[in-house]
Amino acid sequence: MHQLRAVRNIRLGIKSLMLHKLRSLLTILGVVFGVGSVIAMLSVGEGASREALEQIRKLGSNNIIIDSIEPIEEKEGSDRPERVINYGLTYEDEKRIAETVESVQRTVPAKVIDREGWVGERTMELRIVGTTPDWFDLVDREMLAGRVLSQRDMDSHAPVCVLTEYGARRLLATEHTIGKFVRMGDDYYQVVGIVQSEQVSGSIQTPDRHIDAYVPLNTARDRYGDSVVRFAAGSTEFKYIELAQILVEVESTEQVSSAAVAIEVLLRDSHPRLDYRIAVPLALLRQTEATKRTFNIVLGSIAGISLLVGGIGIMNIMLASVTERTREIGIRRAIGAKRRQIIGQFLIETVVLTTIGGLIGTALGVAFPKAITHWSGMPTIVPAYSIVLSLGISVGVGLVFGLYPAMRAAGLDPIEALRHE
Amino acid sequence: MMAAPSPNLTEADDDVVVRLEDIHKVYRMGTTQVHALAGVSLSFSRASFWAVMGPSGSGKSTMLNLLGCLDRPTGGRYLLGDQDVGLLDDDALSGIRLQRIGFIFQSFNLIPQLTVQENIELPLYYLGWNAADSALRATELAETVGLADRLAHRPTELSGGQRQRVAIARALSNSPDMLLVDEPTGNLDSATGVQIMEILVELNNQGGTIVMVTHETHVAGYAKQRLHLIDGRIDRVEDGG
Repeated sequence: MHQLRAVRNIRLGIKSLMLHKLRSLLTILGVVFGVGSVIAMLSVGEGASREALEQIRKLGSNNIIIDSIEPIEEKEGSDRPERVINYGLTYEDEKRIAETVESVQRTVPAKVIDREGWVGERTMELRIVGTTPDWFDLVDREMLAGRVLSQRDMDSHAPVCVLTEYGARRLLATEHTIGKFVRMGDDYYQVVGIVQSEQVSGSIQTPDRHIDAYVPLNTARDRYGDSVVRFAAGSTEFKYIELAQILVEVESTEQVSSAAVAIEVLLRDSHPRLDYRIAVPLALLRQTEATKRTFNIVLGSIAGISLLVGGIGIMNIMLASVTERTREIGIRRAIGAKRRQIIGQFLIETVVLTTIGGLIGTALGVAFPKAITHWSGMPTIVPAYSIVLSLGISVGVGLVFGLYPAMRAAGLDPIEALRHE
Repeated sequence: MMAAPSPNLTEADDDVVVRLEDIHKVYRMGTTQVHALAGVSLSFSRASFWAVMGPSGSGKSTMLNLLGCLDRPTGGRYLLGDQDVGLLDDDALSGIRLQRIGFIFQSFNLIPQLTVQENIELPLYYLGWNAADSALRATELAETVGLADRLAHRPTELSGGQRQRVAIARALSNSPDMLLVDEPTGNLDSATGVQIMEILVELNNQGGTIVMVTHETHVAGYAKQRLHLIDGRIDRVEDGG
């Protein structure tokens, strides 16, 4: 019975709103945009944090990544036609980190070598990483075919390589390539496995971006040494870099920050030119979260202002409606409607109005993130709770901003109201 | 102060619908006080048909508002059955209007966005009737006022006389103890006015209690008793229609 009555009340509310379709529609725009941006905000935020978490997971939350970077003063190079640049992390650094920083479980050195690769008649620039088998323990990548590098490969300085999916695609290789030989530079390597490579997306730099192949570190040292010769326009550049990267695995997530500080202290002494950069995935996660927070504050404010303005607009219209319908209110009161029934009538109308706005806003809020994903590639996820929340907000706005007009209506003196023209 | 002798003193108390005892109504307008009613004592018995007459400002509208529980007296007692209306709060007054009073206004006062049926059902809606029973009652009442074929129309599609008949049907829907009628023919041509008055007389003949405010003598002629007010006091009471 009561349910039927509620349905009836809502139907009456809709009916009276339908008398002024355009006015009702314009009135709810604020709520539409407010609710739309709440959902859009939560969807973009959710998508970003889901992506960040995914990346952190791939980087390993217990890991610290140290990269060699070319010092600034070297970059602002002299005009000498020949120069030798010596920078970056060393084998010594790796040893010291492993031995002196207590919470460090293991370290993985990595050399990056750029060489030409041969595919049939064609050549292409390849990026090869010389590293230890531990790399594959620290960086979680799916095995697509074959196996990863083994300690035996290391010990025997074996000419084997593991291609990344990216590299395999570039070398036009398929599963049949396992066991085949690939020419990189002047040497041949037997392909022993293919691993999934990290898709290039998002804000966090993964350590294996654009990597084509992994070879045992010992083999890489044998074949290529530690110096790089580069011929640039009119000059020859010798670069001496021992390690491009050191991955450090720490015992537990809690110790990551302190380990990073310890490593920083350790490296600062031996590298006064600051030719290294320490990246902590965990810190990157925090940074991402901070970015997300900023984003949420901005969109949240827009949503809040929109809802406030929308609510005030609705209050304004409902006040006008009360004035317009003074006589109706007088009639209802004379017939015997109680004050709270008049309040109920106007509140229901306002809530119906804002709920319709909320539904339209939800539709927009669900469509908008899809458009963002489509145009910018930014991942978005519409969380179910955001829809519930938004509809809750719509009803809330209706109740808050409808209450005053409804009370004004109920407070009218029936005799005065009946006399109103 | 004792109540002035009532014209209906001979009738048994059971038959008294409303008793007014030395009713005062004072309005404050700025610094001056206006005595709209200055000590009115009167009983309205069941199945009576009163016309309340008097020049404008004589207090007849105030009296109708008080009788209709839209307003409370500032002095004296208003007994509706055995209830002292002066002591009731707004909700209780609304409840009395809903259950015991039917209003008929000069300007009909139908709600324009509702259909004839919905207008007639309005009191039933607040009484909490279900849709089926309300519809049945509305159809019944529409038939009695001769508007059975107009239920789905809106008031704006009806003539003045038809509108007033809808208003009568609405006033009757809650089976009130008393019909309060304010210048029922004021907005109608004379022929239609006669029709409306005949409906009211018929309702009275069936046992309905009617109090009607009018300043037109020929309209007042339909009533059984006429009460003349001047300056908020009873000037005289006439019997006979």
